[in-house]
Amino acid sequence: MNWLYDFSILTQSIHESLSGNFESGTVLLLEMILAGVAFMILFALLGLVLVYAERKVSAFFQQRLGPMRVGFWGTAQTLADVIKLLMKEPLMNKNADKFLFNLAPYIIMIAAFMAMASLPFAKGLQALDFDIGLLYISAVSSLGVVGILLAGWSSDNKYSLIGALRSGAQIISYELSVGLSLLTIVVLTGSLQLSVIVESQANGWWIFRGHIPAVIAFIIFLIASTAETNRGPFDLAEAESELTAGFHTEYSGMKFAFFFLAEFANMFIVSAIGATVFLGGWMPFHIGGWEGFNNVMDYIPPIVWFFGKVGFMIFMMMWFRWTFPRLRIDQLLTLEWKYLLPVNLMNILVMAFLVLMGWHF
Amino acid sequence: MEEIIHDQELESKEYFINMGPQHPSTHGVLRLVLSLDGEIIRKVEPHLGYIHRSIEKMCEHDSYQQIVHLTDRMDYLSCHINNEAVCLAVEQALELEVPDRVKVIRTIIDELTRLSSHQLWWGVMGMDLGAITSFLYGFRDREMITDIFEETCGARLTMNYNIPGGLFFDIHPNFQKRTKDFIAYFKKKLPEYDTLLSNNVIFKQRMDGIGKLSKEDAISFGVTGPTGRASGFSCDVRKHHPYMAYDRVEFKEILDTKGDCFARYKCRIAEMWESMHIIEQLIDNIPEGDYKVPTKAVIKLPKGEWYQKVETARGEFGVYIISEGQRSPYRLKFRSPGFSNLSALDHMARGCKIADLVAIMSTLDLVIPDIDR
Repeated sequence: MNWLYDFSILTQSIHESLSGNFESGTVLLLEMILAGVAFMILFALLGLVLVYAERKVSAFFQQRLGPMRVGFWGTAQTLADVIKLLMKEPLMNKNADKFLFNLAPYIIMIAAFMAMASLPFAKGLQALDFDIGLLYISAVSSLGVVGILLAGWSSDNKYSLIGALRSGAQIISYELSVGLSLLTIVVLTGSLQLSVIVESQANGWWIFRGHIPAVIAFIIFLIASTAETNRGPFDLAEAESELTAGFHTEYSGMKFAFFFLAEFANMFIVSAIGATVFLGGWMPFHIGGWEGFNNVMDYIPPIVWFFGKVGFMIFMMMWFRWTFPRLRIDQLLTLEWKYLLPVNLMNILVMAFLVLMGWHF
Repeated sequence: MEEIIHDQELESKEYFINMGPQHPSTHGVLRLVLSLDGEIIRKVEPHLGYIHRSIEKMCEHDSYQQIVHLTDRMDYLSCHINNEAVCLAVEQALELEVPDRVKVIRTIIDELTRLSSHQLWWGVMGMDLGAITSFLYGFRDREMITDIFEETCGARLTMNYNIPGGLFFDIHPNFQKRTKDFIAYFKKKLPEYDTLLSNNVIFKQRMDGIGKLSKEDAISFGVTGPTGRASGFSCDVRKHHPYMAYDRVEFKEILDTKGDCFARYKCRIAEMWESMHIIEQLIDNIPEGDYKVPTKAVIKLPKGEWYQKVETARGEFGVYIISEGQRSPYRLKFRSPGFSNLSALDHMARGCKIADLVAIMSTLDLVIPDIDR
């Protein structure tokens, strides 16, 4: 079971057994296919689990049971829904831009896929470990807005167009806050590489070690990342009570499912980034100097820590969604440009000062 | 020619959007044609007729007992109060004095209806603003009232409990106990409504100062009910023209002066407290007696005209009957509160954003079959 604590043992053994049988070019190709398949499975699993979780969490917030009929406690409900969506007729407006209309869901999916590739899931379990990992993720995850804009533009529906324009304004604004709140921690770590960021939290997570600025940055990150994933209370792009379904009004069947899946995948990605940067990623809960305590914590495998933290973040986002009313578009932009952004900039300054004086733990 | 068209396209900034007849937040088949400039509303034009059933015409062929049933299908959330309006008009024409017991029971059920309507409004209001959880909270509490109704008269929504001259049946033996249980329960739950929505920062921002309606405008548009009272228009029929047992109970007419969405919201929440207060005064004092006065099987009103108005959950509901002495009225006109309230929508929504329009519409508390008869 050693590989559960350090996945590089597993990946190394796979690499060696492949190298023994194939040439180096073939090995690389096979490994890429393996990684791709693994991510696809993860993606599908995430969809199944998160949709179920969202339904159950919302049900419990609303004093009802949620899906209960299909499978034990409704666990197979999502599968049944997938089958339903697969059998649905893909409809399209007569005047819709066919090429862009079909392209849009894939762009969103691809953006989510690319971002997921560089997440450190556990020790040694990371497909791409760039030295600019954080920058890469924030760049790639904001590609999704192109898909939303295209979907809104090509649907030939005014509701979709309004939704798409709203989400354009929203994501571009909140991208700033997400980036700056992450930078606050980068000031501490001195590196953008995700594996380095995780390793640097071996003596305690940054949210505890970074004084108040880290807490402020975490709160801003929570708000801004919820906005970036287009989830309530920032779901203006969908805004079902105003725009029926916003940018994906005209989509049906599996194309709709892609948007739906991408929303959950994006939620997972921002939660994973938040967990990695603020809550130590797969790093167990360590307190600097307490060797015995740290050793006990190490018994819980890193992958459990990672998914536990991500689950916590996702739960927070679901909690937001099922409690708050939706903001209006001007209030949304006011919140970002008049409050979050100035606070964020000041916060970075304070953090830089703290690091300069060596006052952080 | 092409150039002219091109120029026009460049100049015209406004575009139209059809909100409804199938739209999640018009709460029925109301169709609004919005003229928009970006997200800002320049004009709202309601188009009616999608659920027109010509109820008023049908009334001209029906007996008075049958007309009572038709009024259920108008404002289905205050059906009992609608029923009562027709019954009161007929009783007024026949100069029937209903027993005290009937008066008290009708008043209690009126207030229960108002409570259930406001609970549903509160839930839907939250949902329109994106807080779906409130919808289920509202329905959870409304369920208790509909259970009481079900036990009392067998129906949960379209009740038909009133008949000219009294009530269909006497109340169920459990009625008093269950109503008291509900009041005790809801007194604990109503503050929860405030914690979830009223005290929420986002909610306050969405509501404060949106959709202002001045007192003068409210009067000239004929806006009544909580919507009118939030603008300072004292229009509570229960207070000004008391019917049934309203003259013997003590209650406040909720008035506000701001006339914005939040004032309308607070008005309704305060009305729920007042309704509970009214029920508390009456529930232990239901006098003994008959639950109806016997009437002839075929009611024929004498020749003449009668008008009877009552206060529904949405405002002033009026019935105007012209009788030629036949078994059905010669002409019957309903004055529904929703229709007049909707007429103020354009005035209130101009210059607001689409999201505000949804908020304004839900604070108007429209029931479409009431508007479109």
